[in-house]
Amino acid sequence: MVNRIVVGAHYGVGSWLAQRITAVIMAVYSVILLVMFMTGRPISYGVWKDLFSQGWMRVATLLFAVSLAWHAWVGVRDIIMDYARPDGLRLALEVITILMIAAYIGWTVQILWR
Amino acid sequence: MSSAAAKKPRPKYLSLFALLFEIRLPAPAWVSGLHRASGALLFFPFAAWLLYLLDTSLASEQGFAHVRSYLAMPIAKLGLLLFIWAYAHHFCAGIRFLLLDLNKGIDLPQARMTSYMVFAVSILLTAFFGWRIW
Repeated sequence: MVNRIVVGAHYGVGSWLAQRITAVIMAVYSVILLVMFMTGRPISYGVWKDLFSQGWMRVATLLFAVSLAWHAWVGVRDIIMDYARPDGLRLALEVITILMIAAYIGWTVQILWR
Repeated sequence: MSSAAAKKPRPKYLSLFALLFEIRLPAPAWVSGLHRASGALLFFPFAAWLLYLLDTSLASEQGFAHVRSYLAMPIAKLGLLLFIWAYAHHFCAGIRFLLLDLNKGIDLPQARMTSYMVFAVSILLTAFFGWRIW
């Protein structure tokens, strides 16, 4: 196995680890939600609204959104670093990505705590 | 890695056409490439689309009914189907990568077999949920 150092200034390995931990969090959330939808009552507006007005569901969904943000940042940054070679283009795409992630998080919070 | 090897000029043969039709990539390469493509699609446009749907459906009873009739349109269902495939593939391939990180299934025959499993399971999941939404 490759010797990976997780602490210190080796932030590449930190990102690698963060991407995997956030992946597990999102996988667990996805499976729980899927099982709930498959086994629960048919979804009417009331059921849907009640589900997202519960505290644990709001917090779980926010944890999912934050995991997604971190996970996507690592992944999209990898894609940008692979294909966007000029520094200016790379910087512009990274800034756009960060803005999109911030917008997604803000939107999620707005939806959950309305 | 020695610096001499890094300086050696490498052949570049990276046209998309060649990648798709001339070079026969092994199955694990397709899993990896589609993991990246599906991940990019999930980030944009699907994350934004789903947030819009969640926003509208939770806002009011009319919004919920609107989303329901909107998702009943064939074009929206096709979009949903593509989302389901992207999520399923990204999920299955991701679990495979997690196992590879733990040194599980790194022998070539196993790596090939798990690649075909990722394709099969994600297609089956897409078919199942596609059938459920149609």
